[in-house]
Amino acid sequence: MTYAVETRDLTRIFAGKKRRFRRKARPNGSEDSQGPVTALDGVSLGINEGELFGMLGPNGAGKTTLIKILATLLLPTAGQAFVAGHDVAKDPFPIRQRINMVSGGETSGYGLLTARENIWMFSQFYGVPSKVSKERIDELMHVFGLWDKRDAKVRMLSTGQRQKMNMIRGFVTDPDILFLDEPTLGLDVNAARVIREYVMNWVRKRSGKTVLLTSHYMAEADQMCDRIAIIDKGRILACDTPANLKRMIRTDTTFQLEVDTIRDTSSFVGLRGVKNFSHKDDISKNRSHLTFILEDEGPVAEILSSITSQGAKVHSLQKSEPTLEDVFISMVGRGLD
Amino acid sequence: MSVATVRRTDLRYRIGLNLRAVVGRSYPRIVGANREPSWIFFEALLPLLGIAAYVFIYQFFGNQALAVIMQATPTAPFGMCGNNPCTDASQQAQYAAAVYSNTNALVASVVLGGTMVAFWLNVLWSMASQLYWEKEIGNLQLYMMAPMNRMALLGGMAVGGMVMTSMRAVSTLIAGVFVFGVIFQVANPLMLLAVFFATLIALYGLGMMFASLYLLWGREAWNLSALMEEPIFFSSGFYFPLGGLFRIPGWGPAVAIAGSFIPASIGLDALRQLTLGSTAFGGKLWIFDVTTELEILVVMAVLFLILARYALAYLETLAKREGKLTSRHQ
Repeated sequence: MTYAVETRDLTRIFAGKKRRFRRKARPNGSEDSQGPVTALDGVSLGINEGELFGMLGPNGAGKTTLIKILATLLLPTAGQAFVAGHDVAKDPFPIRQRINMVSGGETSGYGLLTARENIWMFSQFYGVPSKVSKERIDELMHVFGLWDKRDAKVRMLSTGQRQKMNMIRGFVTDPDILFLDEPTLGLDVNAARVIREYVMNWVRKRSGKTVLLTSHYMAEADQMCDRIAIIDKGRILACDTPANLKRMIRTDTTFQLEVDTIRDTSSFVGLRGVKNFSHKDDISKNRSHLTFILEDEGPVAEILSSITSQGAKVHSLQKSEPTLEDVFISMVGRGLD
Repeated sequence: MSVATVRRTDLRYRIGLNLRAVVGRSYPRIVGANREPSWIFFEALLPLLGIAAYVFIYQFFGNQALAVIMQATPTAPFGMCGNNPCTDASQQAQYAAAVYSNTNALVASVVLGGTMVAFWLNVLWSMASQLYWEKEIGNLQLYMMAPMNRMALLGGMAVGGMVMTSMRAVSTLIAGVFVFGVIFQVANPLMLLAVFFATLIALYGLGMMFASLYLLWGREAWNLSALMEEPIFFSSGFYFPLGGLFRIPGWGPAVAIAGSFIPASIGLDALRQLTLGSTAFGGKLWIFDVTTELEILVVMAVLFLILARYALAYLETLAKREGKLTSRHQ
């Protein structure tokens, strides 16, 4: 079977940077440079045509690097990647005809042009006839609620409006495969909802359209994606439907605790029955939020005793159904924040 | 894989795609840039002040020379014609006419040079450094991801720059003619157009080549633009006929030859010959005849365009391999 997107043992290593001017030789004689960074480490995955595929991972996990390779902006160091059946390294032209990419927080375009003109300009780089382009822009501007701002100069648009404009730029070329790199980053709830709904409808209603979405928002990925890959340190840790991923840890028990801020979490490491845990501080309330993935309920008493021994008070304790976040914590060993 | 949309790849489609890309990329320059009316002040009126300085100096020297010719003294009743007294009124009138003609030719040279300065500055700051800025604002990766030919991107920038700057250059030229009363005599308008467009293509070809190199060198290249402003104004003869440098013994010819590698130098020399007549300045201050200069410009245009294509192809490969050029944070 051929995929819309396929990678085989894809590896990308960024060479370290050597400093051009060195002040002094180090006493141990070591090189004054940043070592190479492995952004992707043998990633193999296949995304089916018509699929809305999600990729979850913390900062620096390799999500953007993967998208850039698939968008023909980067070459892999090793392995292969295919988009629409074409090798990204050897045959980029037919890939570029079929893809588009939108990133969260993008500042592309020219401030002197209006939103409409900017999108039209980018559509011309894909050879979309002007009339077709303008019709699509008008239609998409209505859908995304940007019609009122169609003739506003881009520099006058808010972050949310600008991101909607970027989304329209992504759709106006009618790509077969769309890469969305954290598209709702920094958007208000309403704007994010509009974007999510349009993307889901686009994939479901238009035959053969594929989306690869990276997101920081677990709920977003859970709601939107047919399948999700969890990536960390350049490796795919799991890849399945959200339901199956949650099922993977269904035998586990998830506990969420809200306690006074605690500094030392080392006592939880290696505790019998604790598969993984995450720790997040809420400085404004002087509280810590702890999530534990446990084999069973056995270690709860020991956890509580460890917390109280630090002088911290437990404000709430909740047993919950596994969420995608729990799956993530279970696999990565920490939350996304 | 059953692709959702059948995509064309034939030659006709590719030509259409790249023409649309050229139009698309030139649009912000042609339409967007003129949305800021301040350009009239900064790019049409301010350059006139720069031109005015040279014009007034040349006019001052012209008036001085004229005063010497017209000044009757007991030993030279018809004034001085060179180092000797004029023999009669007709020789005096002949010398005065020559001085007047040379002064007009110098002032016209300055106005033409000032007009071409607009193109050179556009090439330096809006062409050569453009890809670097595109990278900074996040456009470059979107350009590199699009199916258009990379030369269409540079071509769009160049066409936009030419059109935008032509409007500014023409306004400077018209203002120069009306303010300083310069008289141009165009005997061969077709040749003039040919030289003008060959100069622009060669000049923007150079800018296209620089665009890739600037991106490669990053911020250091920014300083290179600043460095290339004033010295090039001088070595390319923007405010005087470049051939004059050949008459300066020692360093003069070396500077003139170095400056001639900028297409504007040769182009300006040819344009001056075509608008002032090749006999202006006694025909002694021109580098080559117009036909030879047009041939050189055509060679330069082709060469720079080829080099620009290879420089950008090299840069794109490097960018994809090292992953640090299309995105500002990598």
